[in-house]
Amino acid sequence: MSNQNRTIYGGKVNREKPINFVFNGKSYIGYQGDTLASALLANDVHLIGRSFKYHRARGILTAGSEEPNAIVQLGLGARTEPNIRATEVELYEGLEASSQNCWPSVNFDIGAMNNFLSRIFPAGFYYKTFKWPPSMWLFYEHFIRKAAGLGQSPTAKNPDRYEQKFYYTDITIVGGGISGLLAALGAGRSGCKVLLIDENPELGGYLLDYNFSINEKDGKKWLKKIIEELDGLANVTILKRTTAMGYYDYNYLTALEKVTNHHVEFSNTLPRERYWRIRSKKVILAQGAFERPLVFADNDRPGIMMASAGQKYLSRYGVLPGKSVVLFTNNDHAYLTAFEFVEKGAKVTVVDTRDLLNARISEKCKLLNIKVFKSYSVIKTYGDKKVNRIEIQQVDKNQNQLTGEVENIHTDCVLMSGGWNPAVQLFSQSRGKLKYDLKINTFVPDKIIENQKIIGSNNGQFNLQENLNESFEAGIAAANELNFNSVEKVNWTGKEEIEFTHSDVEPYMLGKKKVTKGSKHFIDFQNDVTAADIFLAQREGYISVEHTKRYTTTGMGTDQGKTSNVNALALMSHIHNKPVDEIGHTTFRPPYAPQTIGAIAGRSVDKLFDPVRKTSIHEWHVENKAVFEDVGQWKRPYYFPQNKEDIHQAVKRECLAVRNSLGILDASTLGKIDLQGPDAAKFLNMIYTNAWSKLEIGSCRYGLMCNEHGMIFDDGVTSRLGENHYHMTTTTGGAARVMSWLEEFLQTEWLDMKVFCTSVTEQWAVLSISGPNSRKFLEDLTNIDLSKENFPFMKFREGEVCGVKARIFRISFTGELSYEVNVPARYGRYVWEKFMEHGKKYNITPYGTETMHVLRAEKGFIIVGQDTDGSVTPSDMNMDWIVSKKKEDFLGKRSYTRSDTVRHDRKKFVGLLVNDKKTILPEGSHIVEKALKQPPMKMLGHITSSYYSPTLGYPIALAMLKDGISKMGEQVVVPLMNGKIIEATVTDTIFYDKEGKRNNE
Amino acid sequence: MKYSLYNLVKNSFSYHENWEKAWSSPDLKPEYDVVIVGGGGHGLGTAYYLAKEFGVKNIAVLEKGWIGGGNTGRNTTIIRSNYLWDESAALYNHAVNLWEGLSSELNFNVMFSQRGLFHLAHSVHDMQEITRRGYSNYLNGIDAEILNQDQVAKKIPHINVNGRYPVLGALLQRRAGTARHDAVAWGYARAAENLGVDIIQNCEVKGIDISNGKVVGLQTTKGSVKVDKVGLVPAGHSSVLANMAGFSLPINSVPLQALVSEPVKPILDCVIMSNSVHVYVSQSDKGELVVGAGSDAYNSYSQRGSFDMIEHMMAPLVELFPIFSRLKMLRSWGGIVDVTPDRSPIIGKTPVKDLFINCGWGTGGFKATPGSAHVFAETVFRGEPNDIAAPFSLERHFSGALVDEAAAAAVAH
Ligand SMILES: Cc1cc2nc3c(=O)[nH]c(=O)nc-3n(C[C@H](O)[C@H](O)[C@H](O)COP(=O)(O)OP(=O)(O)OC[C@H]3O[C@@H](n4cnc5c(N)ncnc54)[C@H](O)[C@@H]3O)c2cc1C
Repeated sequence: MSNQNRTIYGGKVNREKPINFVFNGKSYIGYQGDTLASALLANDVHLIGRSFKYHRARGILTAGSEEPNAIVQLGLGARTEPNIRATEVELYEGLEASSQNCWPSVNFDIGAMNNFLSRIFPAGFYYKTFKWPPSMWLFYEHFIRKAAGLGQSPTAKNPDRYEQKFYYTDITIVGGGISGLLAALGAGRSGCKVLLIDENPELGGYLLDYNFSINEKDGKKWLKKIIEELDGLANVTILKRTTAMGYYDYNYLTALEKVTNHHVEFSNTLPRERYWRIRSKKVILAQGAFERPLVFADNDRPGIMMASAGQKYLSRYGVLPGKSVVLFTNNDHAYLTAFEFVEKGAKVTVVDTRDLLNARISEKCKLLNIKVFKSYSVIKTYGDKKVNRIEIQQVDKNQNQLTGEVENIHTDCVLMSGGWNPAVQLFSQSRGKLKYDLKINTFVPDKIIENQKIIGSNNGQFNLQENLNESFEAGIAAANELNFNSVEKVNWTGKEEIEFTHSDVEPYMLGKKKVTKGSKHFIDFQNDVTAADIFLAQREGYISVEHTKRYTTTGMGTDQGKTSNVNALALMSHIHNKPVDEIGHTTFRPPYAPQTIGAIAGRSVDKLFDPVRKTSIHEWHVENKAVFEDVGQWKRPYYFPQNKEDIHQAVKRECLAVRNSLGILDASTLGKIDLQGPDAAKFLNMIYTNAWSKLEIGSCRYGLMCNEHGMIFDDGVTSRLGENHYHMTTTTGGAARVMSWLEEFLQTEWLDMKVFCTSVTEQWAVLSISGPNSRKFLEDLTNIDLSKENFPFMKFREGEVCGVKARIFRISFTGELSYEVNVPARYGRYVWEKFMEHGKKYNITPYGTETMHVLRAEKGFIIVGQDTDGSVTPSDMNMDWIVSKKKEDFLGKRSYTRSDTVRHDRKKFVGLLVNDKKTILPEGSHIVEKALKQPPMKMLGHITSSYYSPTLGYPIALAMLKDGISKMGEQVVVPLMNGKIIEATVTDTIFYDKEGKRNNE
Repeated sequence: MKYSLYNLVKNSFSYHENWEKAWSSPDLKPEYDVVIVGGGGHGLGTAYYLAKEFGVKNIAVLEKGWIGGGNTGRNTTIIRSNYLWDESAALYNHAVNLWEGLSSELNFNVMFSQRGLFHLAHSVHDMQEITRRGYSNYLNGIDAEILNQDQVAKKIPHINVNGRYPVLGALLQRRAGTARHDAVAWGYARAAENLGVDIIQNCEVKGIDISNGKVVGLQTTKGSVKVDKVGLVPAGHSSVLANMAGFSLPINSVPLQALVSEPVKPILDCVIMSNSVHVYVSQSDKGELVVGAGSDAYNSYSQRGSFDMIEHMMAPLVELFPIFSRLKMLRSWGGIVDVTPDRSPIIGKTPVKDLFINCGWGTGGFKATPGSAHVFAETVFRGEPNDIAAPFSLERHFSGALVDEAAAAAVAH
């Protein structure tokens, strides 16, 4: 039998459109417009899953985003998703879902044993045990971990796509219930740009499920008209299926839109979800309220649900969740649901905690044959996988006790209503302050911080009539405050059959003793937190709300306490006999509801995770089989293997080519900053350790930049192009850091300096040619006079190269005669190809970063970030010559007189030659005072760079060594992790061409 | 009452109605020998070791809110000792040694779980960094393994080693792991109270009384109190307290955020840290992925962060673990971390006599909790730091003898 709980008529599902779906391997039929929860209830499936800790049978508690119980594993394979609320999933053809946290099946779940052992598992039990022996914790933990968790993570890459959107608007309204709609109308008619967000597929909120009248006519028709008008307003944007998630400072909201989640097919054109980031001048919160559960023994059985959920299943989906229904309430409004159920053929009994009943309600109950137990409470429920019987007992409010006979009622569905809690989560995220309202016994908004309004039941106002006019006027007022013209006010008269009344939060305190003894009164359903746990926490001193929360885990489930928080706080207030206000509440943090990680990542995945920066010559490198290295975001050729060479063979060939004839390196990634302004030289004097005032136009100078502690943080050559014009180069990886460093000082410290810094890294392609034949080679291609006399080392010239305007810097990082040819980036590849062609006769050899590293190491040139590490001074690198003694001030200067910086035994930069002339020391291995069989060993320094030198035919290494300069020629030992001990001799750092002749040729 | 399985079962017969308070809420006495300001793990631990190891009798811990409510209860609980410099290695390894016996010591399960931590390397430069640090750890007697790409792929199921920044290798410390943050505060509080320490919550220190250069009393929201010695352990608010005592600290207080996903069945059984892709993640015993990354760009005391940091955690997470894309972020929060220029803590004396400070733990002090508390207790008791604490003096910021973990390894947390 299918859809046995579906009413004969009624509801808004499309009965013409059946939809097939599978739950726990069984096929069912629902209708278009169903949620998974309504379709399951229609098919009389009540057992949905097992609870977190005790594996109790759980069903469907609510009909919305606050659902703690009915969470399922949705979808299969790479598209599977854990912990999905069945109450929110719109049914689509072929949907497959299954229960979570149960084995082998939800019906027969081994884990349910926990329920019988539950007495030794109170809140925080794990803090008290599993401590012995300490080595066993990982073992115990293995089982705890297996038992915990809810659904399963997918184990394949997510095939779906997520988009992000930035949005700017005058007013954002969160919540498309009657308050939100009318506020949108008020603001919309005023001409404001309005964004209206609602998490449901349909606007209308709570009123969609209840009967009401406007101006004594059918309210539903009126509602439809309002929505139609909003749809027609060009300045109003409506987002359905969109949940506002985060409320950050200055009215910055984030929201997650479900775009295709409810479709069968996964669209190739549309993303699955869209993440909205919204800035608005004003925010109106109209999120409504959640109905509050009542707390009684075994209030968690399948078949027990919120009254408003029962109402929604019946009126919206045409599903009657039970035939013999008990309504357990502490307020008037829930009687509407009782009437509705009777009308649709159920037998209803009411258990009301109050002794006085509104006469109209009493009468109607009589009329409908509804038996009302006044001043009664449900005290226990029975039923294995679904509720089948309850016990009730009379309440003596004065004595705060249960009295009289326990009576039994047989039932297949319990509807409960404990009053309503405004959905204050977003308000609270926006730093709004809450106060406890004693009339409706819940937290309501008090003080607003942001430019914001909060209206309707979200603001604790539950009266329809008042909400109608106030909401509309709030919309107009908001527009007004943003200088839009007022529109006419409208007076509607709205009426519900039964108005909201106040409600208490007391039933669980009835029979206080019983609460802690054995039976379970659930406060937080998902995390299996009972009233007894709250008592225990108080007893053990976890009295602050945050301690209670953390100790018991109440409010920490995937529903983030939407159904449990207020009850927990009220119980604490009861235990301590203090007003709830004094108990306080925990902080609400983003997100409002769990949000897809992939959607937050958006398009920053795969290839777009981080931009890949390529030089204008990059494609040539690809075509010529370069192996690449990531240097920051850049891809740089690492080496260019030929004919199956490995890295060592390739690097050897490349090195020798440079030393013997001609090599070419794509150095375009070097950071380049154009400095202009009358104070540029003064600025350089402050930024670099050496002096810049006397640098002539057309000259280049090497500089070290240090931080305030005097530690080296970048280096490079800066050249003077004109009177007030300099070209600075930085390391590839440090370019952005240097740029912000310069800007920071210009913008925060030296405001009087007139200097502009412009990053020109990507404007120039840099072709660095190096080797004894480089002058001969370049002479043929340029109109610049390259003669030694006219263009000496450390000079710069402008002219043409291969017919392209170029800047040539005669600087060298290899120790060979070198020219760094800068051409506008768009000519980079052209000039490179010309070079390759013309260079054939010199066997021009492209080389990569590894060869560059080897060549510079042979010369003892440092690489900042490899040989230095942010803890070394220029002096540590034997570069005292670059620190001006005369300059009044520069960054780092004051630090050179600090006692630790002038210490004599600091680590110094040295060279190392291994004694066996064979072993290449691992970069990062350490020199120790004495090699021992086993660590610990006292360390004296570490190897910063280490290579086989093709030029010399043996390995060379650079190292930082304690008091290294005075250890020249001494023997040191380097123990390796594999137990080997390598012996080496300390040398200076220049291994090749010590006199520096070659680059001065 | 001792915590044990036996007592748990026994108490179940009386419906757990006879458990005692883990700690009580005594009134502030007019005078103490030692007052510790700040009821985080470090402060509570200091009080515990002062009482336990140094026999100090009359101690109070003053906490302006609820104990553990600062960074102790907000951090991502990564514990490791594979720091680069000898000074740090000694300090953090001292802590790891204490962590290993802490549950027994406190008779409170702090769930120290040595599930191993991988620092991923994504470039040649990263490889150099982990090799250097690995060697330094190895020679300091701290366990370290340097893994290549294949080993990483084998040891960490589902990791994407071929992303935009491929995983080239990793530094593994097996003794590293996580612990339950709240339990650390609670366990120390309970054990300290058992030794007679007064734990006073909702008691904010508003002023520090100094006479002839020596601290003599404190002004609090619960009245004033005379003291012989004071230990300041207020983390994010260190500069505020230092100001009260008339000196300043080289500290920036910035928000650091973290988040958890919804709980799922076990899927990740180790701790992963990546500096280049910039995210770190582990899975809690409850099943939630615990994720963190960099701190916010602006100084603040607000315990709120900005959303762009969250985005910058999620993209790297999906990059490293594409399978997590469909999971959901459940909750995010921020703490205020006290960051020093060299990212190492400040432990020791202040310009005021008998006023000591333990702060500057920044983004990574949870792991040090027992070690920090232990060495600080000795510092307060003897009036001088011991060998482990000595390099972390406030003085180093004047002498330049920084212990620069930030510069060298750039690894926080
Ligand atoms: C998001 C995040 C992630 C982190 N991740 C890690 C990690 O993975 N691993 C790691 O090792 N570390 C991590 N840390 C850092 C770590 O949390 C801290 O370094 C450590 O917990 C500090 O402990 P504490 O006891 O010193 O400080 P806290 O726990 O902050 O305690 C200081 C206490 O002092 C109180 N206080 C302040 N002012 C006053 C006053 N005037 N009077 C009285 N009391 C006062 C505060 O209320 C607070 O409770 C993280 C931090 C954050 C925020």
